[in-house]
Amino acid sequence: MTDDELIPLRAILAELAPQRRAALLPALHTAQRLFGWITEALASEISRALSVPLADVYGVIEFYEMFHHEPVGRTILRVCGAPVCALAGADGVAQALCRQLKIEPGTVSADGAFTVEHAPCLGLCDHAPAVLVGESAVGSAEATQAAAICAANAGNPLSHVGGDIRILTSNCGRGRPTSLAEYQARGGYAGLKKALTMTPDAVLAEVKAAGLVGRGGAAFPTGIKWEGAAAATGQPKYIVCNADESEPGTFKDRILMEEDPHRVIEGMIVAAYAVGASQGYIYVRGEYPSAFQIISDAVADARQAGIVGPNIFASGLNFDIEMRLGAGAYICGEETALLESIEGKRGLPRIKPPFPTTHGLFGKPTIINNVETFCNVPLILERGAAEYRKIGTERSPGPKLFCVSGQIQKPGLYEVPFGVTLRHLLFDLAGGLNAGRKLQAVLMGGAAGAFATEKDLDVILSFEALRAADLPLGSGAVMVFDDSADLRDVLKRLAHFFADESCGKCYPCQLGARRQSEILDRTAGAGPLAGDRERLSDIGLTMIDASLCGLGQTAPTAILSAMKLWPEMFDGK
Amino acid sequence: MADITLTIDNQPVTVPAGTTILKAAEQLGRQVPTICYHDHCTANGLCRICVVEVDGVRPLLPACLSRVSEGMKVTTSSARAERSRRTILEMLDSAVDLSEAPEIQKLLDENHADRARFPAAERREHTVLDDNPMYIRDYDKCILCWRCVQVCADDAQYTHAINFTGRGFDTSIGTFFDKSMPDTTCVFCGQCVGVCPTGALKPKREALLEQGVSLDEILQATRGGQKRRRKPS
Ligand SMILES: Cc1cc2nc3c(=O)[nH]c(=O)nc-3n(C[C@H](O)[C@H](O)[C@H](O)COP(=O)(O)O)c2cc1C
Ligand code: SF4
Ligand code: SF4
Ligand code: FES
Repeated sequence: MTDDELIPLRAILAELAPQRRAALLPALHTAQRLFGWITEALASEISRALSVPLADVYGVIEFYEMFHHEPVGRTILRVCGAPVCALAGADGVAQALCRQLKIEPGTVSADGAFTVEHAPCLGLCDHAPAVLVGESAVGSAEATQAAAICAANAGNPLSHVGGDIRILTSNCGRGRPTSLAEYQARGGYAGLKKALTMTPDAVLAEVKAAGLVGRGGAAFPTGIKWEGAAAATGQPKYIVCNADESEPGTFKDRILMEEDPHRVIEGMIVAAYAVGASQGYIYVRGEYPSAFQIISDAVADARQAGIVGPNIFASGLNFDIEMRLGAGAYICGEETALLESIEGKRGLPRIKPPFPTTHGLFGKPTIINNVETFCNVPLILERGAAEYRKIGTERSPGPKLFCVSGQIQKPGLYEVPFGVTLRHLLFDLAGGLNAGRKLQAVLMGGAAGAFATEKDLDVILSFEALRAADLPLGSGAVMVFDDSADLRDVLKRLAHFFADESCGKCYPCQLGARRQSEILDRTAGAGPLAGDRERLSDIGLTMIDASLCGLGQTAPTAILSAMKLWPEMFDGK
Repeated sequence: MADITLTIDNQPVTVPAGTTILKAAEQLGRQVPTICYHDHCTANGLCRICVVEVDGVRPLLPACLSRVSEGMKVTTSSARAERSRRTILEMLDSAVDLSEAPEIQKLLDENHADRARFPAAERREHTVLDDNPMYIRDYDKCILCWRCVQVCADDAQYTHAINFTGRGFDTSIGTFFDKSMPDTTCVFCGQCVGVCPTGALKPKREALLEQGVSLDEILQATRGGQKRRRKPS
């Protein structure tokens, strides 16, 4: 590599240098965008510019699936390997692509143009089987169309958005981003304007009174989180938007960001005002290039319009937003791993306590919320907590988004008030099963979820009712499997997912996720061995009890729920 | 700092606030088993062998990190804690060569671990790296306790020659683009070798002696070609 070739990278590194290590992910993305993959020379250049030790730069490249330190094709074809896409024929598509390009997965085509990779869930489950072609999403991919898939360079396929109510999704379902002007014309930023007329304490009180509960999976009360950060000493304070959406079966945050990005931004600014934060970050998963672009553009538009940056709406509030693109690591959705990733490190969860509200990003008080959680905030301010609480149930107020996918007539995103039944969601809204099929199972809450069956269809979709039924709401993923699905294959894929995504920090998960997936390989293949049921049970309970973070603590839940429902599946010979 | 009173296995104990459960138990003469914990390294709660049950807390807690609180009721060997310990040890044994880790061998016995619990399990296998005159690296024996990486970085030496590669089960310790140690920032202080509990990092002399190499040959080998010697005048 000559000095001349390095000029464009050096120019960007000079801009990033003041951030030092915190700019490591953007720097690696830049190098990869300019040169295709990260050579030793490029990594050294980055190490020097950002003052990060060489071994640490390499450790970071190695951690993230989407960073490459060996040659890869100019366009990477990422074929989803999650259960829903697999049922729709994703494996056949991957094989057809490899045949077309005369390569094996993970290798480079002779002309250097393509690499085919097996990917974790791409958040395109409503378009199964899905392939990400470079930065373009291809839905309903067909094995017979391999050449056309390789040539794809359009935007995302249009997602079906429906439901009993269309409040959070009032600007979604049109297959295009809502511009700033349009957002404002449709009442956008009214919630923020109202907030700015109130005291920060009053805004906090309103969010608390609304009873908003986090939508990212952990179901933590948002008002209490905000209060913690507001009361914490330490400056600056940070607002982080968790847009890492990687839970298999989940695609709500993608649609919110792609079609209504300003709603997310508005929610973040209200949070900043309420707790006294001056800097925000939006961390979008690497597999969402189009959502990343759209929301980056929206932040730029808002900044131009004086809505992000200094003196917002001439109120004296200063709050800027910086974008971060992940690089292929499910664990970076875990809040503390996400903070580590923004800081330019391997995405390893931190020990809690202390919690991010007091010791978050760069050790400062930090609020981290999910995209959908932030989208609820403008609504609460605009309508007032009392009005907001008229939607949903007493203990689960508000609207909720469900991502319905799998073997169902109308996969898509559905907005309902908390309190409707699973049957209503699947049969009245999503059109029910395909003709002649019977329901076998519904995987609720994503890969870290649990199985429901026919007998659970009348369960009420609310935090409290689902808890009582021992079913997780999780991220709002609802994956439907009819009687034609091989659940052994589904379980095997879930187990592979966790084995691939475990960060490796703590032993129960680092070792358990792999041992679990080996046993489920047997279950789906030649059959389990004698004792495999006990092995799975010991591994699962150990991971739940002793793992360091939520990944390991929930990785065995779907498997354990399957063991309860279908014990015969695990009987060894 | 104020004192805290708690009970560990029904025995009351009073310790300064901020004490870990591990240290409080030691005060009662109870040894909670540990693997990754080391008095001179930052504790990260990796191995989870030290997990204990605390009344009113759903998950088990790592004793090496968790701080005591007033009135806390700790059980060090509940059925759940024992299942976790045994299963973690069995899984570790199924993945790593523990033949030179006598302390972990002892834990396997004490916890009634079944050495053949996981048939057909993939082991972590690497080639032995013998690339410098000071020490060899045999990562088949590495339990990923992080100590070497930590002493090479902020826990002691600030050299940052090594870090992690891969992730999950396939995590390993490595260098920048897998360079040999002499091509890194390594200063051969030997601290990593000193803290390694499993023989994954071993002084070269010891490794050669084990292979039956004579002392004379060892002196030749470990003197190395790295350092330029002053010629006798
Ligand atoms: C393995 C793992 C992955 C997670 N992924 C996400 C995610 O993609 N998006 C998200 O909002 N929360 C995710 N979470 C939950 C976050 O840790 C955190 O609870 C959440 O962002 C808080 O926001 P909320 O209170 O608005 O839900 C994940 C948690 C774990 C343990
Ligand atoms: S539970 Fe898994 S993902 Fe979480 S810290 Fe442990 S190894 Fe990492
Ligand atoms: S090489 Fe030794 S000290 Fe380093 S992580 Fe492995 S077992 Fe621990
Ligand atoms: S000794 Fe506590 S986690 Fe390893």
